[in-house]
Amino acid sequence: MNWSRFKDACTTYLFIVPAVLLFSVFSLYPFLKVFQLSVFEWDGIARSMQFVGLENFRTGLFHDTSWWISMRNAGVVTLLALTLQNGLALALAMIVDRDIRGKNFYRVVFYLPPVLSGIVVGLVWNWIFDGSHGLLNHALAAMGLERWARAWLAEPETALFSVAVIHMWKGFGWGFVILLAGLQAIPRELNEAAYVDGASEWQIFRKITVPLMLPVFFLVSILTVLGTMQIYDIIASTTNGGPGYHTEVPITRILAAMVGSSRFGYACSLGVLFGVILLAVSMVQLRLSKWSQRFS
Amino acid sequence: MVPAIQLNKPLVMPARPAQGVQWQRWLYRIKRWVLLAFAHAFCLSIAAGCVFPLAWMVSSSLKTQSTIFSDMSLWVSRPHWGNYYEAWTRGHFGQFFFNSLFYTLAVVVGVIAISSLAAYAFSRLKFPGKNILFILLISTMMIPIPGSFIALYVLLVKLDLINTRLGYILPQVNGGLALGIFLLKTFFDKLPQDLEDAARIDGCNKFQVYWNVALPLAKPALAVLVVFNALAVWNEYLLAMLVLSDRSLMPLQRGLMVFQGAHLTQYPLLMAGIAISIIPIVTLYFLMQRYIVAGITAGALKM
Repeated sequence: MNWSRFKDACTTYLFIVPAVLLFSVFSLYPFLKVFQLSVFEWDGIARSMQFVGLENFRTGLFHDTSWWISMRNAGVVTLLALTLQNGLALALAMIVDRDIRGKNFYRVVFYLPPVLSGIVVGLVWNWIFDGSHGLLNHALAAMGLERWARAWLAEPETALFSVAVIHMWKGFGWGFVILLAGLQAIPRELNEAAYVDGASEWQIFRKITVPLMLPVFFLVSILTVLGTMQIYDIIASTTNGGPGYHTEVPITRILAAMVGSSRFGYACSLGVLFGVILLAVSMVQLRLSKWSQRFS
Repeated sequence: MVPAIQLNKPLVMPARPAQGVQWQRWLYRIKRWVLLAFAHAFCLSIAAGCVFPLAWMVSSSLKTQSTIFSDMSLWVSRPHWGNYYEAWTRGHFGQFFFNSLFYTLAVVVGVIAISSLAAYAFSRLKFPGKNILFILLISTMMIPIPGSFIALYVLLVKLDLINTRLGYILPQVNGGLALGIFLLKTFFDKLPQDLEDAARIDGCNKFQVYWNVALPLAKPALAVLVVFNALAVWNEYLLAMLVLSDRSLMPLQRGLMVFQGAHLTQYPLLMAGIAISIIPIVTLYFLMQRYIVAGITAGALKM
């Protein structure tokens, strides 16, 4: 190989070296390290780690009730987000997709909550849901419904549901924007042709909109599941897992194992477990997406 | 019955009754008007629900500690602007603000520089191992690894980067790379090769072609990346909580939580701090919202 060819190859590699370097140190290494740590018992400080095999996974799977409570809590919020939040997003997208005024205004306003951080959203709603001075309780009192007033985020019966409301408030605008983009990609001529042929509104929805939107529906639901199961910022700024374990979610449990009880190995095994579950759920959804598209 | 489709994407209006049947035309107009009114009423009430908590937050930030629990009005007749000054100085939000600004700038510059270089190489240059490297880099975008922050923490302790600005910046630059490389590579792939060939013939080397020709052409994609990464960094909390424990290093989100922990019921100051923390990001959003919409749809629908 002559000198100029060699120099040429070197300059090419200079383009990708920074990216590869950062990727190896901050993505690849932690990724592998999580698997390694998950089979050790380690407090995060000591020089020695104790190899425990799959013991951590056994504990996580069979003996840690708080872990499964946290999975159930996140699951409940996810189900609510999949149905209520995405349903609202779809309804709004279908209205705004029509030829009505203020399309851009609605898009800008609906996407405002997703732009804010989970911390900000959580703290503002914390103040609205406040037990003694919160806006919601004042509003209820003004309507003569004092007996409904309560510390929404601090009582076991309402805490998880209140967190879900906050999460959906923050999230629906994001689904709205993606669904609207999907709807607008449907060729207008299809609707027109169906309409001229005498199809009803429902038939058009059923035979044109739904089949063409299926991939988008699945994409939105996969991203909703991934995003909602990993909910953390809103929890941290409102209930921090309380009262009791009523709003614990997987990330707060992993953090509790890591920072709270200094069991780094166990925290990693929970992370691996959680990652595998999320991957499995997305795989099932992808399969369903492929399968359902065969019928349309 | 007038089908709702008349609200749909502009149709040829076939449902409009023929000329001359006056009352049918009136009925048609009224029904159309009612449907439109319902559609707008629904959308407007949801829009109000989006804005109201923020308006309430701003209004709370202008009340005093003694009036905030009793005065429930949204419009504050005697605004207490001093809250902002107090939050900025005594609440340390000024410091948090500049930290956030610094982190955001640093990460955005880092992501743009590094991912555009790599994306250009993946799109235009030939080198062995190109495809496998590209797939490896992009896969971080697809695979969820919820526990990796533990290992990241361990790594930062080892590298002596815990509780440093660099330790907070580098992982986030890395976090922005996958989307950056993906978006820019697809953008570069669509650019015509001729311009770059011409520059090559005029004697530019690879780097000069990238810097003088490809990068300026990629401005729309770069704008999307700037907005996306700025939002992500400005709103980041988990990493800041794990990495930064010195107050002088904390960004706004972390600062807000620390402030809330220390002054549990000082709602006016907390709300002022929140307002300070969202002003830049909301401004950026209003200025660049068309890039944000383009970015989400490009990122989501083309996957």
